[in-house]
Formats: sequence, C-alpha cells, structure tokens
Amino acid sequence: MQDKEYVGFSALPSQLHRKSVKKGFDFTLMVAGESGLGKSTLINSLFLTNLYEDRQVPEASARLTRTLTIERRSVEIEEGGIKVKLTLVDTPGFGDAVDCSDCWLPVVRFIEEQFEQYLRDESGLNRKNIQDSRVHCCLYFISPFGRGLRPLDVAFLRAMHEKVNIIPVIGKADALMPKETQALKQKIRDQLKEEEINIYQFPECDSDEDEEFKRQDAEMKERIPFAVVGSSEVVRDGGTSRPVRGRCYSWGTVEVENPHHCDFLNLRRMLVQTHLQDLKEVTHDLLYEGYRARCLQSLARPGARDRTSRSKLSRQSATEIPLPMLPLAETEKLIREKDEELRRMQEMLEKMQAQMQQSQAPGEQSDSL
Amino acid sequence: MSELVPEPRPKPAVPMKPVSINSNLLGYVGIDTIIEQMRKKTMKTGFDFNIMVVGQSGLGKSTLVNTLFKSQVSRKAASWNREEKIPKTVEIKAIGHVIEEGGVKMKLTVIDTPGFGDQINNENCWEPIEKYINEQYEKFLKEEVNIARKKRIPDTRVHCCLYFISPTGHSLRPLDLEFMKHLSKVVNIIPVIAKADTMTLEEKSEFKQRVRKELEVNGIEFYPQKEFDEDLEDKTENDKIRQESMPFAVVGSDKEYQVNGKRVLGRKTPWGIIEVENLNHCEFALLRDFVIRTHLQDLKEVTHNIHYETYRAKRLNDNGGLPPVSVDTEESHDSNP
Repeated sequence: MQDKEYVGFSALPSQLHRKSVKKGFDFTLMVAGESGLGKSTLINSLFLTNLYEDRQVPEASARLTRTLTIERRSVEIEEGGIKVKLTLVDTPGFGDAVDCSDCWLPVVRFIEEQFEQYLRDESGLNRKNIQDSRVHCCLYFISPFGRGLRPLDVAFLRAMHEKVNIIPVIGKADALMPKETQALKQKIRDQLKEEEINIYQFPECDSDEDEEFKRQDAEMKERIPFAVVGSSEVVRDGGTSRPVRGRCYSWGTVEVENPHHCDFLNLRRMLVQTHLQDLKEVTHDLLYEGYRARCLQSLARPGARDRTSRSKLSRQSATEIPLPMLPLAETEKLIREKDEELRRMQEMLEKMQAQMQQSQAPGEQSDSL
Repeated sequence: MSELVPEPRPKPAVPMKPVSINSNLLGYVGIDTIIEQMRKKTMKTGFDFNIMVVGQSGLGKSTLVNTLFKSQVSRKAASWNREEKIPKTVEIKAIGHVIEEGGVKMKLTVIDTPGFGDQINNENCWEPIEKYINEQYEKFLKEEVNIARKKRIPDTRVHCCLYFISPTGHSLRPLDLEFMKHLSKVVNIIPVIAKADTMTLEEKSEFKQRVRKELEVNGIEFYPQKEFDEDLEDKTENDKIRQESMPFAVVGSDKEYQVNGKRVLGRKTPWGIIEVENLNHCEFALLRDFVIRTHLQDLKEVTHNIHYETYRAKRLNDNGGLPPVSVDTEESHDSNP
C-alpha cells in the first residue's frame, strides 16, 4: 500500500459496520396464516428462542366469537456481538371463524398505522430517536393440506402485497411427499402470477460472484415458496445417532435442518443471514415511500392522481386506487397553510396586475407578466 | 327443514320382547340354518351402502374412500395435480359403484361435498348437505306411503357421514363444531382426523383427547351414539371405541411401495415410508374394520330405525298425523345415479 496514494476511505465500510453494531439492529417480522400451520414452532426454530412459551390455544367454542387480534412480542437476541431487537407481530384468530369476510382489514390497518406513525415522526421536530415500528417482512403460511392458495389466502395477499414484503411459506411440509411438494409449489407460483400478487423478490446476486454461488442462489430461488418444518425439540434419531432438531415419527425422523427433508435452511439463510437489511431497505425505500406519496397527494390534491411520481414506483400496479387515509394533523395543517399563502399571493398579484393595467395609458398593450 | 335441530329426539316405539319359555330341544331341529338362509338371500339381493364425506378440500377424502374400499370409487383421478376449481357453493356429488367380494354384491354410493369450508365466508355452508340428507329421507318416505309400493325400496339415505378434521394439533375449528352440531341429529357422523401423518404419537393422543372433550362439552353425539347401545355387550365394545379410539387418525393412499419384501399401501417420504395399514403408523385399519367389518349393518339400522323414524315422525306430525299424500312439489331428484 503506497502511503502517498492511500486516502483511507476504504475503511468506511468497517466504520459503518462498527456504528451499526453499536446502534444495534431492529427488525419487525409479521407472521400470518390460519392457526395450526406450525407458525409459532417455526419462529422458535428460526431464531432459536422460545418466544411462544406457555401458549394457551383457546378451544373452538371460544374461537366462535373471537375477533382477530394483533399481538406484538419483542425479544433481544445477541449473536457474535451483534444485538438484534426482534419484534414479532402475530395475528391469532386469522382464518378461524366460520365467516372470515374482511378479516384481513385489521392487519392491513395495523401495517398502515406503523407507516402513519413513522410519517408523523419523520415530519416532526425531534427526529433523533425515531422508533421504527414498521413491519419489514410478513411470513405468510400456506396450508400443505389444500390444493394451492385458498380464497382467503388470495384475499389476504392481495390486500397486503403492496404494503409489506411478503414471503410465502408452506407450513408443516412433512405432510407432503416430494412430488406433492413440487406440484403444490408450482400451483402456488402459478396462482400468484395469475392473481398478480407481488411477493418479495430476493435480489439478484452480484455479477462478480462466482458461477457456483450464482448457481446455488438460482437453485435456492427455485424453491420458493419454501416448504418448511419446524421443531423446538432436539431428538436423537436411532439411525443417525447424532442429536438433530426434528420430529420423531414411528416411520422415521424428519430433520429440520436437512435440505432433503425441507427448505428450513434455505429460509433461514435467505431471511436471516443474507436479506434482513434488504428487507428493511425495501420497506423504507419502496413500500413506505409509496404510502407516503399516496398520503400526501390525497391531502394536497384530493381526487387528482399524479402519474409521474407513481411511475417511479415500479412495483405498484397502475390501476391501484389509494385507500382513504386518516388525515395527519400537522402535515395537513402545514399544507393548508401553504395553500392559503399561495392564494393570498395570487390575489395580490392579480390586484397589482389590475392596478398596472389601469395606470397604463389606454390603447397601449400591457406586457404580460 | 332446518328446524330439526334443537328438539329432543322422539323415542320411536319399540315393541316389547316376546316372553320366551326356554324349552330344551329333544333333537336337532335345524333352526340355526336361518343364518345360512339369510346369508344366501343377502348374497342374491346384494345391499346398498351410502357413505358421505365432508371436509375442506385437500384433506384426502377421496383418497381415503378409495383406500377403504380398495377401488377407485371416489371421483378422484389418480394424479397429484387435481385441476378442479373450488366451487363457489357446496355441491353434492353422488357416484355409485357395484363392488363384489366373496359373492356378495354391494352397491356403494359415495357422496362428495366439494366446496364445504373452502370459502372466505362459510356461514351456513352445511345447509345444502342437511337438505340433501332430508331429501333422501323424503324420497324413502314417499315410496313407503305409496299404495302400490316397490318390493324393495331403493335406499339412497346416507348411512354414514365421515367428517374430516384438519390435523391442526390445536383443537376443533368453529366450522367443525357448527357442522357436527347441526348434523349429528340427522345422520350418523364419524369424525376422522385427516392426514394424520403430520402428528407425532404424543401430539396425536393429545389432539384426540382435546377433540373428544370438545365434542362432549358441546353435546355432539357422534356414531356410535350412547343412547342406542342395545345391550351391555354393545355398550362395553362401543365405550372402548368412543373413549379411546375415536376420532380415528387416518392416512390414505392409493400407491404401493415395497417394504420388507411386501407390497404395502403407503406414502414414501425421504425420512421413511408410512404404511397405511400398519397400526403403529395410523389408525386406518381401525376405521376400516369399524365401518366395514363390524358396524356396517348397524350403521344402516341406526339410519333406518332412528334417524329416518325421527324424520318420518316429524313429517307426520306436521301433516296432522296423516301420511303425506302429494308432498311438496320438490321433484324426486334425478340427481342420484
């Protein structure tokens, strides 16, 4: 390294790294899908914690009249000096009732409320400590017992796909034989395309990665939606004799971390190890910005739609109609005040123009201002 | 027709058993050949059995029925990729087959109910099913009260309804409770836990206990109903089934694999082969023995003597004690094969 030509900003990444390590890392993950698909077990397996200890699952008769609730749970996980504050958002009661019409609306509202809160904080005076409670990712569980996406799945995904990063997974995948898994995945992919649902796209790997890595990456993406199995128990399988995280049946043991048994490792790698940051960025740069733009437009010019700024948002469908939002107190006031000012200024200008016209000699053309 | 639910079942009149004097036979008379005579007659005439399957799509209903009767009696094509769309309302599809075993002919009708529980709003989705069941009772009643009636009334009444519970591992779903509450007074319901290969032994046993308790708490009497146990022998046998085995946790399959030199029906996964007829793996064999080998005739009898009689009594009551002559102009449905 020639000292003369070395400026030193190649040390920037490690500075950033140190700063973010100090700051810690926030991540909000939502888990959705009907009950009994192994969601809680999977979360426990993914993060190797017992977030769902002492769960009381209510009986069917209690669930008859229960409405959907949104539950939030936080846990601090530390690994290799990195602290992560993981917030889990759960939607118990989803898909349970006999009549599930509109049962996704509270969930959509929740996501928008987080955006609203962030928008308010961002427009506020003290922006030093904005708490980011926005949902960065939604793991949506699809039943392995159905024949693809059910009407309820489609309705939920369509309501949510423009508001949160969706990663669909097939829960309790040990119900399926390999060929069934393939067929189900293909069916789901076809349905997603047909219904024009945009799930989170894992980004392309860098062009300077080697061929082997690219091949592995492509192979992994082929497996979406991931078919997962979770387990909070470590079992000692008679055959292999080493302890594995899995489920013991009379006919064999499913190993959660065995890529031939299920896609758990893929999910963990892609979600936790490589794409946490990207999920946050997409949430901020695309989904939140989309919300913000819609919100401000609908306040500034109710009814009109600005096509140019929307075309930048590549993921949105062109025919989307912004949902009516609750007006944000301060921003609305600001905008109204600005409008008032503009109007006053215009009036003054007109008055001045009229005065000038009068003061000019009749017959002379006045220059247009 | 949907008001049949909350009333207590009117007890059908049962004739007193004739007083018998035990006399010792002085020689061989041959009374016991009646069994053989009945057997011969049955073999000649054959008999009807109508089984209905209810549950969300994808729970393996058709596969299970095919496995039960070891033939393609249900409408499923043997492929993994069923292309059919979920119907918007519940449909009733009845398919009849004649199967024969050991000289005995059975006309088996499988009644499928696609669309049940699959919509976003499943309010009252059991109504078409209840309607169908009552229509079959009505058909039978019409034939019965005919002046010139057929020697053998064709029996399209549903003798057994297999209700498929999703193996969530938690508890019954609200829809399960609603369905069984409404229909258990009208037809014999046998709840089964579908696709049970997703549960370990402990999970299975806990789930079954919870389901049994929930059914009891909600006053749902599944077949074999306690009130129809005829004698002590029946009671002990049925008690054991009711309190320990049911609901049967089943797995179905129409594919065979080689295991220990034998061809067995099963499911092959990377971690092992699930054998459908192996009692250590699932309870399919128990269900099969129960429905076909031990309680088939009883299912028909309870349907005829209890459920049908209840319907008949109500219809006559509504009609002022008179038999229905020209009943509502619901056409005798040609929906039956």
